[in-house]
Amino acid sequence: MDLNYTDEQQAFRAEVRDWLAETLPREMSEKVRLGKRLTKQDSESWHAMLNARGWLAPNWPKEYGGAEWDAVQRQIFEDECCRAHAPRIVPFGLSMLAPVLMAFGSEEQCQRFLPRILSGEDWWCQGYSEPGAGSDLAAVKTRAVRDGDNYVVNGQKTWTTLGQHADWIFCLVRTDPDVKKQEGISFLLIDMKTPGVTVRPIVLVDGGAEVNEVFFDDVRVPAENLVGEENKGWTYAKYLLTHERTNIAGVGFSNAALQTVKDVAAKVHAGGKPLAQNPHFAARVAQVEIDLMAMATTNLRVVSAAAKGQAPGAESSMLKVKGTVIRQELTSLLRRAVGPDALPFQADYLEGGDNAEMMGPEHAATSAPGYFNNRKLSIFGGSNEVQRTIITKAIMGL
Amino acid sequence: MDFNLTEERRMLQDSLGRFLSDKYDHESRRKVIAAGKPYDAGLFAGLAELGVLGALFAEDQGGFGGLGFDLSVVFEELGRAGVIEPVLPAVLTGSLVAENADLVENIIAGEAVVTLAHSEAAARYDLNYVTTTSSNGVLNGAKVHVLNGAQASYLVVSAREGGDDWDKDGIALFLVRTDATGVTITDHVNNDGTSGATVVLDNVTPDARLTGGFAALELAVARGTLALSAEALGAMESAKALTLDYLKERKQFGIPIGKFQALQHRMADVLIEVEQARSAVINLAGHMEADRDTRERHVSATKNLMGRVGAQVVEEAVQMHGGIGMTDEYALSHFARRITMIDHWLGDVDHHLARFIDLSAGEA
Ligand SMILES: Cc1cc2nc3c(=O)[nH]c(=O)nc-3n(C[C@H](O)[C@H](O)[C@H](O)COP(=O)(O)OP(=O)(O)OC[C@H]3O[C@@H](n4cnc5c(N)ncnc54)[C@H](O)[C@@H]3O)c2cc1C
Repeated sequence: MDLNYTDEQQAFRAEVRDWLAETLPREMSEKVRLGKRLTKQDSESWHAMLNARGWLAPNWPKEYGGAEWDAVQRQIFEDECCRAHAPRIVPFGLSMLAPVLMAFGSEEQCQRFLPRILSGEDWWCQGYSEPGAGSDLAAVKTRAVRDGDNYVVNGQKTWTTLGQHADWIFCLVRTDPDVKKQEGISFLLIDMKTPGVTVRPIVLVDGGAEVNEVFFDDVRVPAENLVGEENKGWTYAKYLLTHERTNIAGVGFSNAALQTVKDVAAKVHAGGKPLAQNPHFAARVAQVEIDLMAMATTNLRVVSAAAKGQAPGAESSMLKVKGTVIRQELTSLLRRAVGPDALPFQADYLEGGDNAEMMGPEHAATSAPGYFNNRKLSIFGGSNEVQRTIITKAIMGL
Repeated sequence: MDFNLTEERRMLQDSLGRFLSDKYDHESRRKVIAAGKPYDAGLFAGLAELGVLGALFAEDQGGFGGLGFDLSVVFEELGRAGVIEPVLPAVLTGSLVAENADLVENIIAGEAVVTLAHSEAAARYDLNYVTTTSSNGVLNGAKVHVLNGAQASYLVVSAREGGDDWDKDGIALFLVRTDATGVTITDHVNNDGTSGATVVLDNVTPDARLTGGFAALELAVARGTLALSAEALGAMESAKALTLDYLKERKQFGIPIGKFQALQHRMADVLIEVEQARSAVINLAGHMEADRDTRERHVSATKNLMGRVGAQVVEEAVQMHGGIGMTDEYALSHFARRITMIDHWLGDVDHHLARFIDLSAGEA
């Protein structure tokens, strides 16, 4: 047992920290710190800065322009980015599609798509869920019928995060309706500009529109955009989901959120004294911090096993559940901390407007929308109920 | 012991429930909010006509109710439907302006909104913090989170005539016209679609100095807390009903998700806790006319419980819906926001827990 990072790991941390201090623009980190929504341009420019440094694709091999870091380095990088309030890297192309292409795509597909993911030319979104296929993902109905050199696609995807910005969508489509549902699914890449693709935004409980419905009406997709073999899509989809679950614990996010709660509690007063000195509130914060300290170590235990080459299996489900419970608790602590100032809804401010008229202190403005929005953490990426079922089945054999 | 409503209250409950289910839904509320309107004036007039505001006042004030159970019956129905129209201001100020018969008549008729301008930026949830001053016949200060401030024709303003910032003594209440010289009102929308405002008072001459001081204010806020708690209860009933329907209707893996025991047991907990919330509202309503210490202990007990159960109901309802539960288009989103924001009005879980401890020790 040794809880210390090696000298190299510490040097790496220092390097990342210094680079972030030099490179990350202040107005960008302020937006993230204050919980404002990022624009497409914000995401693109941060993407470009990381790409210029060669740090955009931590999990990619060097031959494709990745950093090829091990799991511990990736964790350190994540932690530092969160600590500096860097924008989240949009994961759909980089950490979801790319590993699938490298594992199952053709050489041409890799050559065609991977460089454009790195350069930011193509923004990808994830077309898995459908109205009738959420937790039961294998129930996807969007139909793709082979017609000469094309597939003709009809159906609907939903909850498509940032689909409004996307150039491409990777989809699970049904190519064989007559077999066991998992065996008739294919993995298809669709250009969002193809005639017949329609994107409709979905407004969420926090007033934002980060997700969309995507409709396909006789959309003709070249057959060369099929990844791997027809009807093997479920295997690729599951492979992708294991990648979706890396950094699932969100320790970095929680550390940053905890710091924000502490900063606000030091600033805000209750009964004439800083809220941080209020025993009820202090106890709540301490409780989460204690949980987070333990979870950070649980995470490192899983991560360092993964760094030694063991694939993170059902343990990632454990990290997802505990990690999201902690992150959600921190959002509810923040709204509690700001007190009645959580009441006003400040749409302009949320959307990043700097001269938006403020109601109350700046730290309060996004607390309630943040609480509502982060309910999603326990729903997407495999709901926490589904994760618990995986734990009971895969780890405990029940 | 009798847990049944009186005949009159049951009739009010029925007619109000029917009126709202005929005239009001999530879509119509969304349209009002999207159009930038604070509420639907026609609907508010309809509520007044139905006697909803009259039910909040005693007979000698021109109403036909005014007791704890009158408030809880009305507000549970308003909460169930998710009403954002300005009924609550009448509860917060009704007992304070009772001496002004003409004004009360206008309130009951739905013709005047009179709201409470009390909270100040540094007060958080403490009722006794007032720095707005009253001296030489004019008021100076700033008030925040004034419910429907921009739609009101009068404000009841708390201001200090003596003592330091936190003293209960020295707080007086004034009736101020919103169009009086020196009053600046800035409107904003709240997360739950209700309207709030900040009010700046710059050498404002009030219409009248009201007779009550801090004790009257505390009673008015106790009534407001009951109304809010009953409203939260109604909203929780709706969130629960939507979730229950969804568990029966939504299929995954070929069966209704309500067949999964993981969800069944949590739904059972939601039911248990909503019943707890109902009992807490009954406790407070039944002690609204009790002596001050008893009443206030129930105020804090109930508001604390509503905040805790509210969060549980909201979080479970959204979770059990999956993605649909997070959409603005679906009615649950409104109930989720409203229940959550009620925790931020008139004292949250932590505030009332601490206050309950103090009151129980005879210290508040
Ligand atoms: C903000 C947000 C962003 C998203 N982004 C994307 C995206 O970019 N691309 C994409 O493809 N999808 C995306 N999703 C969809 C997400 O993956 C689904 O919401 C998720 O899979 C759950 O599906 P559902 O919403 O249909 O809920 P359902 O599957 O209908 O679940 C409803 C409830 O039932 C529970 N449940 C279901 N089955 C079981 C069971 N067997 N046992 C116990 N409980 C069960 C669930 O846990 C949940 O509580 C996003 C969702 C959200 C909310």
